[in-house]
Amino acid sequence: MYGLGMVRSLAVTLKNLVLPGRMFTVQYPNRRINVFDLAKRSGSNVLAYSLKNPKPALKALIGLASVEDRLPQHPRFRGQEFTWYEERCTGCASCAKYCPLGIIRIVTSPSGAFMQEGEKYDIDVFDIDIGRCMFCGLCVEACPYDALHMGSGFEEGSYSRSQLVIDVERLKKAPKLPSVWFRPQMESAGYDPHAGVELDWRGAGRHEKPSVHDQEETWAKR
Amino acid sequence: MAIKTEPITINLGPQHPSTHGVFRMRVTFDGEVVVDLEPVFGYLHRGTEKLAEERSYVQVVTLTDRLDYESSMTNNLAYVRAVEKLAGITPPERGLYLRVTASELQRIASHLITIGFMLQELGVFATVLMYCFRERERVLDMFEMLCGARITLSYMRPGGVTQDAPREFWPALDDFLKQMPGYIDELEELISHNEVVLARMRNVGILPDHLAVDSSITGPVLRASGVQWDLRKAAPHEVYDRMEFDVPIGAKGDTFDRYLVRIQEMRQSLRILEQCRDQIPEGPIKTEEPYFIRPPAGEAYAFVESPKGELGFYLISDGGISPYRCKIRSPSFINLTALKEMTVGSKMADLIVIFGSLAVNMGEVDR
Amino acid sequence: MCSEPTGGILDFCSVYRLSAGLLPSGAEWAAFALAAVFLAFIVINGVVAVTAGYTWFERRVIGRFQARIGPNRWGPFGLLQPLADVVKLMTKEDLVPEEADRPVFNLAPVVLLVPALAVVAFIPLGENSFLGRVNVGVLFILGITGLNTFGIFMGGWASRNKYALLGAMRGVAMLISYEVPMALALAGVVLTAGSMALSGIAEAQAVPFALVQPLGFLVFMIAASAEMSRAPFDMIEAESELGSGYHTEYSGMKFAVFQLAEFMAPVVNSVIATVLFLGGAEDVGPIPGQVAFVAKVFLLVFFLLWVRTTWPRLRVDQIMAFAWKGLLALALVNTFAVATEMWLLLGADAQLETRDLWIMTAANWVVAIAAVVVVANLMGQRKIRPEAPVPSPLAKMAAEAD
Ligand code: SF4
Ligand code: SF4
Repeated sequence: MYGLGMVRSLAVTLKNLVLPGRMFTVQYPNRRINVFDLAKRSGSNVLAYSLKNPKPALKALIGLASVEDRLPQHPRFRGQEFTWYEERCTGCASCAKYCPLGIIRIVTSPSGAFMQEGEKYDIDVFDIDIGRCMFCGLCVEACPYDALHMGSGFEEGSYSRSQLVIDVERLKKAPKLPSVWFRPQMESAGYDPHAGVELDWRGAGRHEKPSVHDQEETWAKR
Repeated sequence: MAIKTEPITINLGPQHPSTHGVFRMRVTFDGEVVVDLEPVFGYLHRGTEKLAEERSYVQVVTLTDRLDYESSMTNNLAYVRAVEKLAGITPPERGLYLRVTASELQRIASHLITIGFMLQELGVFATVLMYCFRERERVLDMFEMLCGARITLSYMRPGGVTQDAPREFWPALDDFLKQMPGYIDELEELISHNEVVLARMRNVGILPDHLAVDSSITGPVLRASGVQWDLRKAAPHEVYDRMEFDVPIGAKGDTFDRYLVRIQEMRQSLRILEQCRDQIPEGPIKTEEPYFIRPPAGEAYAFVESPKGELGFYLISDGGISPYRCKIRSPSFINLTALKEMTVGSKMADLIVIFGSLAVNMGEVDR
Repeated sequence: MCSEPTGGILDFCSVYRLSAGLLPSGAEWAAFALAAVFLAFIVINGVVAVTAGYTWFERRVIGRFQARIGPNRWGPFGLLQPLADVVKLMTKEDLVPEEADRPVFNLAPVVLLVPALAVVAFIPLGENSFLGRVNVGVLFILGITGLNTFGIFMGGWASRNKYALLGAMRGVAMLISYEVPMALALAGVVLTAGSMALSGIAEAQAVPFALVQPLGFLVFMIAASAEMSRAPFDMIEAESELGSGYHTEYSGMKFAVFQLAEFMAPVVNSVIATVLFLGGAEDVGPIPGQVAFVAKVFLLVFFLLWVRTTWPRLRVDQIMAFAWKGLLALALVNTFAVATEMWLLLGADAQLETRDLWIMTAANWVVAIAAVVVVANLMGQRKIRPEAPVPSPLAKMAAEAD
């Protein structure tokens, strides 16, 4: 009444201005950093830090220093590039079949080697067109051998669409930082891709690759 | 001397700062007063219903994310309920509770967006919008814990949900439940008493209850008109029948009531979340379903109370792996039916606010 | 002209005498022109520089209000951001719609910018500075700020765009309406100070007039924020309704000029308000006058920003009703109260003493509060408490039909 409500709302915005911790936007990829935080990052106090490295300290003082920064993500984050384990994949193409957009292309050929180990096929082509992918994760859900996982990054921007097709070479070479999405076994093992530790194929599956004996057992039962 | 005047027709949209996407209103103004209004849809038509006919039942879940992208969870829920009804699947208890938890979180997030944009359209220069987004961010963080995504969630599957909540989820939810009431109070302090807001929103765009019912408007817009109709109470789905909550209604159906109902609904959602957290049982989260579900031939209609209103999916199966027909009853689209009646006679500025208070989402209108 | 000796910062007379000394006698007109150009150069550059700084300030402060950070990339703390903006705007193509009325379209930004610049020349930044001593200062300010109505209408009319036209129509209606209470609020100041020169008014404020005439200050600030079309009166370019109002069709440098005029307005208005109501550049205790002046302007600008990020905008009819029913009444009450007090308090020497000012202060605060309450009630303080909702019977009908 009589404009007092307007004054009350002014108080709320002022509260948001002065109280710490109300700001929520982050600066990506570089964050401007002040000299206090800079000193804290290197583990010393401001004075000692400024005396030791005056140049960065001065830069920070006039607001020009920046450090790399990004928000922490949950290990389940369905990231952009995929993580794929050659050792686990059998070339069954379930992933390709289950993808709603049909953007996974798999071409296999009989390998001739390791017939008895269950590695009947070589993967010649394994293209994922992430330019069209919607990161729903249905392909990951479908993979029966835990060979395909969502990635954990989100910085796959590129200048042409053709670069957005991940082929088998790139999948092989890529750092193995799988997201734990739909992989409870990795989650209960406490794996976090954002810690930067690569996971090799043995740790990624529900179980070790079945032995020939186990496979025969399973098939006999079906 | 009589001055000769003539009405002007303005195309508000499809590219206009406050049409929430690509929506066009062909409005005839007499000076500043609206004398006629004709909504024009279809700029965002992506053929979701047709696309669903050539996807398997599980794959359609990803399409529903993109209907009303502010409330993917409830879209998922409505769709998987239709599939379950069609195929006769009964999801396990824990899955149901997780679904309710996720949908209530989604309701809060969606209402926050609506309120933020409503105030933006009143001209608060994004302040309230940013505050709302700040709190919504926490909901999205929780969604990231549940399903790895923030907007296009694809969390639910016929028969349950994809994954159980991780360990960190419950403390995060506790935190949220503790802090959110204070935040809603702050929001009310900022908005509800401000005389300028009151002058702009009260007695603007009144929607009488009979008109609301006659144009089959649902959701907060209907409840703001005083009709106590909430599908969570009227036809409880999931485990809503075990929850204790009130259905807030408005006094006369003006824009301010529509805002107030949303604020109160957020409080009720918090109540439901609390009960979910306390009641949730241990157990499986999903029944084992084949990836390519083949429901028997037949048809099913399932609905949920989404943040925008009654969201329904009507599915016809011919026994194959994909629906024969999928019809979406989208609340945003149907809530637009009374737009003309609500706006004719009001000012141009009111038109924008009324449109904002309907919380229409173009992804859902054009499908 | 300029016979009596004066000093002070950049006084016109000092500059004139200086240039007259440089030029041979008989060329007074040339000296006059030289002094004028020199002062204009300083004023324009100074104001534009301050405005550039202000855009940075505005964006940072509003950013912080909105829980954001604001520009911080270019230069230290983002201070070079205005420069980047200018470069960007200059490199944009300068579009003129085919249907537009070209001469008017091109002239509009200039017409809007010039008054704001001209006003600054009259601000007494010290004892004697610029044209502060001109004895019709207040009239001049009122007259020349009235010109920006033309700028807005020309811009809106010439663009042949319906949004622009609507914005311009709203603008003209609003700006003209708010001139009236603004002028009346200034009448109180002029009455009390007994002078129309801005420097005279600043000197007369032994007690800041904001305290002496709270009602006048309130009316002036409200009317001023309407004059510069800032929240909650920013309906001229209500971006959620009209795109961007009268300058929808402008691009490139012309748009930049509009923006400049727009960003200049709060600064200029705060400066005027500081001179008229907050004591101008008078020394406050040990603080030198210029520092106090900047501090006061800063405070006012901050307050305007605060209001801008918090309050929504009013509707057209509400803005007009507020001007004619509310603000005009308040301004009249203020003028009447001040005039009556002056009549009672003015002694034989027709001079107000500091004691008299304090008496006026006490009386005016009572008048102000009473007037606000009365006017608020008369204007229809609608019931704020919402009535209790009654469930509609239709809900049951729907349930039964199911
Ligand atoms: S994430 Fe979804 S869209 Fe992308 S490849 Fe996998 S199934 Fe296809
Ligand atoms: S990634 Fe998995 S689903 Fe795809 S081909 Fe390999 S084993 Fe099969």
